[in-house]
Amino acid sequence: MTFRLLGLGAAMLIALSAQAANELKIGFLSTLSGPAGGIGNEIRDGFNLALKLAGGKLGALPTEVIFADDTLNPDTGKQLMERLLKRDRVNLVTGIVFSNVMLAVWPTIEESKIFYIAPNATPTSLTGKGCSPYFFSASWPNEAHHEAAGAFAQSKGFKNAYLIAPNYPAGKDALTGFKRTYKGTIVNEFYSKLNQLDYSAELAQIRAAKPDALYAFLPGGMGINFIKQFVAAGLSNEVQLIVPGFVSDQDVVRAVGEPMLGLFDTSQWAYDLDNDANQKFVAEFQKEYKRIPTLYAEQGYTAALIIDQAVRDAKGKIEDPKAFRAALMKAPERAKTPRGKWKEAANGTPIQDYYVRALVKDREGRIVNRKISTILKDHGDFWAKDCGMK
Amino acid sequence: MSVILFLEQALNGVQFGLMLFLLAAGLTLVFGIMDMINLAHGSLYMIGAYFMASFVQMTGSFWLGLPLALIATAVLGAALEMSLLRRLYGRDHLTQVLATFAVILIANEAVRIAWGSQPIMLNPPAGLTGPVALPGGLQYASYRLLIIGVGIAVALALFLLVTKTKVGMLVRAGASNREMATAMGVDIKRLFTAVFAVGAALCALAGAMLGPILAVQVGMGENILILAFVVIVIGGIGSIRGAFVGSLLVGIVDTGGRAFLPMLFSAFLPPQLASAAGPAVASVLIYVLMAGVLYFRPQGLFPARG
Repeated sequence: MTFRLLGLGAAMLIALSAQAANELKIGFLSTLSGPAGGIGNEIRDGFNLALKLAGGKLGALPTEVIFADDTLNPDTGKQLMERLLKRDRVNLVTGIVFSNVMLAVWPTIEESKIFYIAPNATPTSLTGKGCSPYFFSASWPNEAHHEAAGAFAQSKGFKNAYLIAPNYPAGKDALTGFKRTYKGTIVNEFYSKLNQLDYSAELAQIRAAKPDALYAFLPGGMGINFIKQFVAAGLSNEVQLIVPGFVSDQDVVRAVGEPMLGLFDTSQWAYDLDNDANQKFVAEFQKEYKRIPTLYAEQGYTAALIIDQAVRDAKGKIEDPKAFRAALMKAPERAKTPRGKWKEAANGTPIQDYYVRALVKDREGRIVNRKISTILKDHGDFWAKDCGMK
Repeated sequence: MSVILFLEQALNGVQFGLMLFLLAAGLTLVFGIMDMINLAHGSLYMIGAYFMASFVQMTGSFWLGLPLALIATAVLGAALEMSLLRRLYGRDHLTQVLATFAVILIANEAVRIAWGSQPIMLNPPAGLTGPVALPGGLQYASYRLLIIGVGIAVALALFLLVTKTKVGMLVRAGASNREMATAMGVDIKRLFTAVFAVGAALCALAGAMLGPILAVQVGMGENILILAFVVIVIGGIGSIRGAFVGSLLVGIVDTGGRAFLPMLFSAFLPPQLASAAGPAVASVLIYVLMAGVLYFRPQGLFPARG
């Protein structure tokens, strides 16, 4: 009897909250535990910081964020996304770190006609032919960092390059992106085992091949293993290592330390970008979390700012897909994000600048990713051409 | 291909094998002697590496941190054995797998709470950060030579301990016939706690030695544990000699496959296909090796049980 009463009370409460359109509920599905959990935590920290600085209100609406941990398991992700959409009835979803989870949960999101704001993975299959009005990337198209790296290797005049990536779809996309902008000779395109521990065999081959440049897309622990072993083998004196920002940001710097010095990486953001919004972000992040933010943290922070701007501009009409999408598409040109303003292409991907950063010591002796040049200006997604949306 | 490159890859294979041996030695002792499937072996390896990183930071010295990490992990291992694992010896293997899998999850979250979710730093000691020139002009990472040295030293020490000492005799007795050993008055309870503590210390040694060239992060144990299981299954469960030979076989076959298969394939396949097929075949090579060994010797190469 008591249970039935409680159930009735709960149902009434749910009905009440569904009627109240004056609050914002965001579902944040991310990889928060397990070996790859570090990235999800960075994105979440960035997102939470923006929410905190906005006084707990995005778009002037009291905001509740419901976190869910997919543990890098696509099936788990799918179940949790259904729970967020159907039981928690969130207004917006965000947070996914990995492309494989993204692709697994995407049909569920699209079916429910809820907008997804990508703070990281933006797989090409959702931006080309498979593009959708409900998908909005606040990060970068998957291949962009690699295109930036190829352009950098090209601009440095490296005659040939050796490429290495893990043997899985994102690894192949990465090297495809690099080859799109790099015109020199490719000495070898090597696909290593996913989650490989020891790279001594590959390093010996690289030494024997004597390339000018080495491009390595080995995210997470693989990159840490590779960079440590690369430097221990003395190869850093012989070959210039170039990596995308995912392999060499502060999360990796904290784990590797000195051997990181001398690397170049590419990113849509740098901690020393010269604008007020960025200085505020970097200072507040360090105050809150006692560490230098990574590009992932910037993406989480920026995603929150974009949501804030879009909800504000749509005057809270998140339920009206047309009005909300119009506001969302304009948001990057209006919000004050750490990476500055950008234009969003019709397929929901940013058209923005990419930078080359060098790993150097700053005045305080910390190892930082310092911006050295803008390698691609207003760079958009290669696959936007295949998207039929306007 | 030059002779130097061939020699370098052979050395790499031996080196990777010895890396695996450090972990497999403890696993085979526990598995073989206590008849206990301990999936949490990888967690002890992770905790050993985290202890090592913390003690190195605290003391400022790699060589001071190492014994501290070994002792701390051995104590933790003994505590784990006395509190939980002891209750599992009589149960079937499925229960042991479930319980120790739970330990993995608990250990991962505990490490995350204590050290944070991002990888932490552990670098080679001063003087071993770069390469050294070996005869023939071969540049080789000096730290990897240390791993080779430690691996061989551990193998020798364990071999002498197991074959030449009284403790070793008890261990062998326990491994080949537990009931008989108990009947002959061996204090199995204490022996098991001691064996498990030694196994945990070996885990810590592996974590401490491999940390400087691998990522020290949550979940680092699971990845390498699979290889360690392959090693002890090939070598024969419970046998140190088997673990040693099995490690070297796995190390050399895996490294050799990654080094030479793509080259071999590109000799008679179009480059696009060769670059895809080479690594793919190389990644399953050790499992083919394991299947082959098990077909001809179902007990492994050097079975401990008669």
